Amino acid sequence: MFEVVAFYLFAILTIAMFTITVMTKNALYALSSLAAGMIFISAFFFLLDAEFLGVVQIVVYTGAVMALYAFGMMFFDSINDVEEKIANPRLTFLLTGSVALIVVVIFMAPIVGANIDANYPMGIASQYGGVTGNVQDVGVVLFTKYLIPFEVAAVMLLVAMIGGIILAGKKMDRDIILDTEEEQEHLHAFVTKKDGV
Amino acid sequence: MITLNSYLILSTILFSIGLLGATRRKNLLMLFFSTEIMLNAVNIAFAAISKFHGDLTGQMFAFFVVAIAASEVAVGLGLLILWFKRHNTIDLDSLQKMGG
Repeated sequence: MFEVVAFYLFAILTIAMFTITVMTKNALYALSSLAAGMIFISAFFFLLDAEFLGVVQIVVYTGAVMALYAFGMMFFDSINDVEEKIANPRLTFLLTGSVALIVVVIFMAPIVGANIDANYPMGIASQYGGVTGNVQDVGVVLFTKYLIPFEVAAVMLLVAMIGGIILAGKKMDRDIILDTEEEQEHLHAFVTKKDGV
Repeated sequence: MITLNSYLILSTILFSIGLLGATRRKNLLMLFFSTEIMLNAVNIAFAAISKFHGDLTGQMFAFFVVAIAASEVAVGLGLLILWFKRHNTIDLDSLQKMGG
């Protein structure tokens, strides 16, 4: 009973938040509702006995990704409304609706792998003498079968971090708000004088 | 009773919302938000199948999807800032160099 109430409550909240994200004209509203939706999604992971995934969802999405977006937002024009020229609004709804229909048909189709045995069943950690729990299970599977993808993901994150720093950090000493040439020259002269060149 | 189908239908609804955003939005930052929504919808489906199938592999894939989403944001936001510095706009139509 508790599970049913929680599922429908969080389903409605998540759909409402993401609809606001997609439909609003204000960039800050979109960011805030997206962050709220991410937290509500982590509730589904807790309902599905995937506690570790739920914690990762909160830490990575609302902690890291949303903070990154919030910092990135400082570069953009986020006070004004987002103005978009949509050529054919009906076509987008039609395309999205048809794709959604296809996805539903795919999900309703008989699942071929329904009688496949689970390779990594829940509670695998107890076989190794560990304490039973989702975090222990995830640890056992992640550091045996999925060790190489885990390492590759770590390298990928490092590469992404370096790429982000190099891309965004170019000419960081120059203020992009002062966009007239004269002010840029003035700022440049000031910086060089301060450095004693 | 909540079955696997309920979670899959929820995941489909969220994915469609994200898809609607990806087709409707012209602002590149909003397009990134829609991408995040779609990735999260797929994560719910992975976790639900993992639970109802009794296999942990779905959760593993969800972890890698989260890692990919994080690195995508880091690189994408860097490119976006670079584009904004050059052209002073992040509208998708400003990327269209070849008129046809």
